[in-house]
Amino acid sequence: MVLPFYVDEEARNKMKRGRSKRQSFTPSEGRNKRHRSVTPAYVQTGSIASQRPTEETWGSLPHHVVLHIFQHLSLVDRARASSVCRRWNDVFHIPDLWRRFEFELNQPATSYLRSTHPDLIQQIIKRHAQHLQYVSFKVDSCTESAEAACNILSQLVNCTIKTLGLISTARPSFMDVSQSHFVSALTVVFVNSKSLSSIKIDDTPVDDPSLKVLVANNSETLKLLKMSSCPHVSPAGILCVADQCHGLRELALNYHLLSDELLLALSSEKHVHLEHLRIDVVSENPGQTQFHTIKKSSWDALIRHSPQVNIVMYFFLYEEEFEPFFCEETPVTHLYFGRAVSKDMLGRIGLNCPRLVELVVCANGLEPLDEELIRIAERCKSLTAIGLGECEVTCSGFMEFVKMCGDRLSQLSIMEEVLIPDNTYNIDQIHSEVSKHLGRIWFPDMMPTW
Amino acid sequence: MVVNSVHWFRKGLRLHDNPALQEALNGADTVRCVYILDPWFAGSANVGVNRWRFLLESLEDLDTSLRKLNSRLFVVRGQPTDVFPRLFKEWNVTRLTFEYDSEPYGKERDAAIIKMAQEYGVETMVRNTHTLYSPDRIIEMNNHSPPLTFKRFQAIVNRLELPRKPLPTITQEQMARCRTQISENHDERYGVPSLEELGFKTQGDSLHVWKGGETEAMERLNKHLDRKAWVANFERPRITAQSLFASPTGLSPYLRFGCLSCRVFYYNLRDLFMKLRRRSSPPLSLFGQLLWREFFYTAGTNNPNFDHMEGNPICVQIPWDHNPEALAKWAEGRTGFPWIDAIMTQLRQEGWIHHLARHAVACFLTRGDLWISWESGMKVFEELLLDADWSVNAGSWMWLSCSAFFQQFFHCYCPVGFGRRTDPSGDYIRRYIPKLKDYPNRYIYEPWNAPESVQKAANCIVGVDYPKPMINHAESSRLNIERMKQVYQQLSHYRGLSLLASVPTIQEEAEPPMSDDSQASSSTAGEASSPISAPSTPPNSDPSTPNSSPTAAAPGAHTHRKRVRPSELPSKQKSKVKHTNQAKGVEQKTDDMQ
Repeated sequence: MVLPFYVDEEARNKMKRGRSKRQSFTPSEGRNKRHRSVTPAYVQTGSIASQRPTEETWGSLPHHVVLHIFQHLSLVDRARASSVCRRWNDVFHIPDLWRRFEFELNQPATSYLRSTHPDLIQQIIKRHAQHLQYVSFKVDSCTESAEAACNILSQLVNCTIKTLGLISTARPSFMDVSQSHFVSALTVVFVNSKSLSSIKIDDTPVDDPSLKVLVANNSETLKLLKMSSCPHVSPAGILCVADQCHGLRELALNYHLLSDELLLALSSEKHVHLEHLRIDVVSENPGQTQFHTIKKSSWDALIRHSPQVNIVMYFFLYEEEFEPFFCEETPVTHLYFGRAVSKDMLGRIGLNCPRLVELVVCANGLEPLDEELIRIAERCKSLTAIGLGECEVTCSGFMEFVKMCGDRLSQLSIMEEVLIPDNTYNIDQIHSEVSKHLGRIWFPDMMPTW
Repeated sequence: MVVNSVHWFRKGLRLHDNPALQEALNGADTVRCVYILDPWFAGSANVGVNRWRFLLESLEDLDTSLRKLNSRLFVVRGQPTDVFPRLFKEWNVTRLTFEYDSEPYGKERDAAIIKMAQEYGVETMVRNTHTLYSPDRIIEMNNHSPPLTFKRFQAIVNRLELPRKPLPTITQEQMARCRTQISENHDERYGVPSLEELGFKTQGDSLHVWKGGETEAMERLNKHLDRKAWVANFERPRITAQSLFASPTGLSPYLRFGCLSCRVFYYNLRDLFMKLRRRSSPPLSLFGQLLWREFFYTAGTNNPNFDHMEGNPICVQIPWDHNPEALAKWAEGRTGFPWIDAIMTQLRQEGWIHHLARHAVACFLTRGDLWISWESGMKVFEELLLDADWSVNAGSWMWLSCSAFFQQFFHCYCPVGFGRRTDPSGDYIRRYIPKLKDYPNRYIYEPWNAPESVQKAANCIVGVDYPKPMINHAESSRLNIERMKQVYQQLSHYRGLSLLASVPTIQEEAEPPMSDDSQASSSTAGEASSPISAPSTPPNSDPSTPNSSPTAAAPGAHTHRKRVRPSELPSKQKSKVKHTNQAKGVEQKTDDMQ
């Protein structure tokens, strides 16, 4: 039996500080040694322990009590506590405490963050792989970090992982790993775990064949799949997931993977209600991607099957690329426009998005959006949140909008520059008028003038 | 008793409204005005040639003004701690005066000098004039912590009495009473050095736009007020293409170096407003820019790590990328986005850019596109920007990178659309990137999208004569929004960025709380995603365990989450989160809202 290890104080809050220093992590040299050095010292200082009969020392706390305490401690604290005595050390290795782990893989040259110590990684692979259920990898923008993550993944053989997250904290480095390396590592988990429920693999080179492996092994359990910006997946690949995984409740993908067939598959009788559908609409250059249109009947089928579904769309398009969108009624609930969107498009949203709950417009032209907003207030009865960046609305138009929506607007984030004072209201008046209608103090958002 | 005064100029390079200098003159037999400068340090310091030029011009101007009063400026070479003991002895100094410096570094330096002066029996007199209000006073009024929202700050300012009235400028009579003998070799020993002497090459330097000095500052102030009077409109000015260019009425560098007293500016604006709008007393918004400056000075005064992410209690810790190559492209205007490159070129050439332009390049470097730390950007501004005050520079960078001060709303500036909106014809770009001057308006903000024939006709091939865009903006802003959400959701008590954070998703990967075994074994999304249990389920748990769930809000619960107050969160979680000041700020924010 090997002991755990001592972890440096510094390792606390590893996320919060430190320039890529590694946790100082020293594998212990053996139980006896530690027993001699640590336990007696502790017992001497702990007044209770030293005065009571042996059977009532801290070391004799019932197993389940220690476990309960340990569950509230961070890994580092557990590691230190485990060096108190043999019984605490036993608890340290209880599978329950190893269900979740986050591997942090960073290179000093590219990240300010710390990394999980290699020895700890080895310990986990050796001793706790079979206990892991909730696993995530956070990697920086360096390819080596992503490769290291893949290497760990391919060793997770005897696992029953339920949740797997591959997270790039900066530039997406998994995309730089050779596709075969990535795919073989990922399929190790897909094949071995067999009860995966949540998978978050945005910005990775996952491909159709690996999704097939996923489906073949985990179709009963899969509930969540996030794979925004995975360029090697085709519409057919994701359709296969939707066809087989009837428990799927949340899906995130790019627009080019969205098809009528996919929506219909998600709406089949065997399928549970879909709860969230997140769609990223991204284009590189104008004219480069032709965006297809989704049929109204497909959307309708989805809403009939899953009336509560949230449909979240993030747009990062050029103005002229919006043509295919929202020409017919679309059941979108959350809309985020990351760059300029035309007045015309916003007009169509008012007409065709009756389920809209939240709308963020980062930019628009110089013409006031009064009419469009008023129409949205009139037609989008569920709208509760709106954010406006570089656009213009006259103060009167905005007041009209606020009056129509009233206190259902739980979020109202308007950059100050957006509001154009007119004969009826100036900025100060708008603040008090809007506050009155919302029933709470409201100010426009501002940026420092500097 | 003989009184021999030395007034030590640092900022506050002016003779008008200078209470510390007035104290030096008050009943003194001799007065010497001193500026201490280390020529060796000059070359190595992270300060660009434009800032040095501005400083030297300001010193020249001071010297010229002092000459008119039959005095001179003494520019002493060296470091203050070495210089003062020498001067104290040589000039038999009995009184030392200077303007209060509220910044942590300045406070430390001044404390050392005051102690040293004491040892030499020199009396020191310090007066606060660089800011309208005393930062300490504002902090005291905010329950002993700096206000972290601008609204809060304004509310406190509203409760304060008006800033002290400015003092008149130094007169000949005042100076005559404490005339100091000027030696023959004054220019040699104490003259204002040239840029060459400081190790800058100045050959072929284009005409510089901002001329340092009090004289220039006063002229600009008059023009500034004339224009305001003429427009008679105190609303926020509409930003046009013309706003992007250096204006002959711009004042910010003069406030930074203290060539213009902020109180003089304040009272001039106030008087003008009262004159033109007889009845009303001016709203705070009239003093917008001045108050922002005060805001950041107050936030920085007791925080020596204000210019760092690490160890800075008000700064959100964000896993920025470390990428020197990309940073260099940004700093040198080689990003391939003409709007960004033109701004960085203007900054390097002239030392000033419009505040919208600052927003654009700061957003691009940090949260918008490159995901590089705001500290790197701040350092570049420190080198190049004439009006870069330490506090204002660091504070603004934190603000613009969404690292502090509780912005509610996350939106990115588009490096193509943002500029085009302000300057559709791209004149600004043509001026600073002449290579692109023949591009048609349609492509001037995105030359890489121009057909080859257009590129050829404009004599500028993208990828050859002008760089290709260094990053795909759409893709990177998509990624960065996700990253920001990850960061902010770890600060689960934080109410900021709520619009985006509220986009719902099921409570997926985050395991049900470990302490509840039954839930854990029955596993996964089922229970956790139920809207009823959602608000009480922390969206994230202990930062030391996997927070693999960056978007772990419960469905339908997003409205609840937004309203969660810190006190409603499980205490376990609260105690684990390190940003205690942020928590404080959130409470404060909540107060503001009520």
